[in-house]
Amino acid sequence: MIGLPIGQLQIEKPGGSDQCVASNGFCPEWIVDNIDRYWTPLLEHVYLTIAPVVIGFAISMVLAILAHRRRWLTGPIIATTGIFFAIPSVAAFFLLQPITGLGYTTAMVALVSYTLLIIFRNITTGLRNVPAETRDAALGQGLTERQVLFRVELPMAIPEIMAGLRIATSTTVGLAALAVFAGAGGLGREILIDERFKSNVVVAGGLAVLLAAAFDLLILAAQRAITPWQRAGR
Amino acid sequence: MGDPSDRSTAEPLEFREATKRYPGSAKPAVDALSLKVPAGEICVLVGPSGCGKTTAMRMVNRMIDITDGDILLGGRSVRDRKPAELRREIGYVIQHIGLFPHRTIGENIATVPGLLGWDKKRTNARVEELIELIGLPPETRSRYPGQLSGGQRQRVGVARALASDPPVMLMDEPFGAIDPINRERLQNEFLRLQAELRKTIVFVTHDIDEAIKMGDRIAILQEGGKLAQYAPPAELLMYPASRFVEDFVGSDRALKRLALQRVRDIDLWKAAAIRVGTPVADARAALDEADVPYPMLVDERGRPKGWLSDRALTGERVTDELRSPAQPIVELDDVLRDALADLLSSETRYGAVVGHDGALAGVLSLEVIQHFLHAAPAASPTGADLLRE
Ligand SMILES: Nc1ncnc2c1ncn2[C@@H]1O[C@H](COP(=O)(O)OP(=O)(O)OP(=O)(O)O)[C@@H](O)[C@H]1O
Ligand SMILES: [Mg+2]
Repeated sequence: MIGLPIGQLQIEKPGGSDQCVASNGFCPEWIVDNIDRYWTPLLEHVYLTIAPVVIGFAISMVLAILAHRRRWLTGPIIATTGIFFAIPSVAAFFLLQPITGLGYTTAMVALVSYTLLIIFRNITTGLRNVPAETRDAALGQGLTERQVLFRVELPMAIPEIMAGLRIATSTTVGLAALAVFAGAGGLGREILIDERFKSNVVVAGGLAVLLAAAFDLLILAAQRAITPWQRAGR
Repeated sequence: MGDPSDRSTAEPLEFREATKRYPGSAKPAVDALSLKVPAGEICVLVGPSGCGKTTAMRMVNRMIDITDGDILLGGRSVRDRKPAELRREIGYVIQHIGLFPHRTIGENIATVPGLLGWDKKRTNARVEELIELIGLPPETRSRYPGQLSGGQRQRVGVARALASDPPVMLMDEPFGAIDPINRERLQNEFLRLQAELRKTIVFVTHDIDEAIKMGDRIAILQEGGKLAQYAPPAELLMYPASRFVEDFVGSDRALKRLALQRVRDIDLWKAAAIRVGTPVADARAALDEADVPYPMLVDERGRPKGWLSDRALTGERVTDELRSPAQPIVELDDVLRDALADLLSSETRYGAVVGHDGALAGVLSLEVIQHFLHAAPAASPTGADLLRE
């Protein structure tokens, strides 16, 4: 059995005289008094989400541009990232441990590899959906291949790319809750510390859900801001 | 590359046995095409679907590589040019317009100026000028292509191609996707523009009527990219070089020629223009000189009032007894086809022709038109000439 990084399996509850807390119930008062203990895990969770998505996006973008130039690369890239995607994340954490040990590196590698397929596929789809005549008009006016990619194809693919980022981000928020098994922190660790204490589970779980929703809205807002042509009245 | 402002002079274009063979197909798509387009003229490539019009056109800006032969732009082989650079010097309007949906109309039009590194001020001024030129309201500039109608987008496509004032334009069925009424409007507007701009233009269409209207010269291509005939429209209609051309221009080619000519361009009959009170002897003398056997009564400013009856010429002086009103009245500037239609829909055989001042200039008859149709085209007028006035 792999040693879990959990020092204690129960939150110390000073002032255990409280009936509700003693019976592991849902106790609003306790939550109000103890909400501070969740800020650090929440920040860790934010980090465990943003970092993998950003890194995954960078890698996927490079791969997608390569595959755009050399079409035959698309198949192998999808096959490879598909395998990463298919490995259950907890299994990935355990598989990686002999190499990267316990901690954030392990969590990060697993989470990043998980985002690749989603983001890569969306960028590729977005690029491929650019109409042939738009490409043709761009080349015909004297844009170089590189200019066509950066000034026409990628901007036109933004809606699909952002859709990919949204899926990848909400998925990562969820998976990051399992990063505790890789020895990283985050809200998952908080849940596991006292999984029988309802108040704890509700707060930690609830924060994860809120976090996912907040990210989603943020990306959506960003998308609207950078794609004004999409909502221009017709 | 020099100052971009000296690029506005049109340049001649020449195909020299230009040939395109697509890999994997035995027959060439364009077969040893040779033709010269003088600077400032519109050359229309026309022919049935798949005959190689688009291929021929796209070899000019190297969107398609030339297999054999050469194309010279301003005397210089396009094969020696860097494609991207060459394309910035050639306005290009593709059939599907291909505006960038993520850019405003202003940004779309500014594409090539941007690539050429124009400064903001110059680009702005040019965009403004072009939006006005194509007849769109100034606020269109900040709209997106998705917010425009098909016809408006088509115009923006033309404006975008014109942005850097290129000496040569390639236009692939630019008005293909537009309803007939708007197409006609755009055609007229474009000819008016061209009368001012005088670009060298290669214009692709599969519509012979559009070809006749737009072209200073027409190249009819036939299956396999072979040139069937290259001639000004009137000549093409008059002397089709082969059965294929004859079929392609259609059995109504005589009528099509009439659409190319104005009443002023043909030899009208002389009429005896008589005022009330003229001595009958003078009137009879005038009648002998005239080509029409009937005298025309005109007012003091020479405007036709009607055909005089025999009785009007029986006394000392001419009276105002009419046999029939002066109808139809056609103008010197009318297109012959319309004048013929007027003539056919009225009861008389003769049409009074008047000038700008309304004064009688001559008489048009079916015989006159027939005579014209059998005579060789003198000046080979074109649709553009008609609009030029
Ligand atoms: N990329 C290509 N590869 C192979 N064959 C092609 C290619 N493009 C065109 N062709 C062939 O070359 C011939 C000429 O095509 P082209 O597009 O120039 O015709 P077109 O006269 O413009 O026809 P349309 O009026 O339908 O636009 C056709 O037989 C077509 O099938
Ligand atoms: Mg074509």
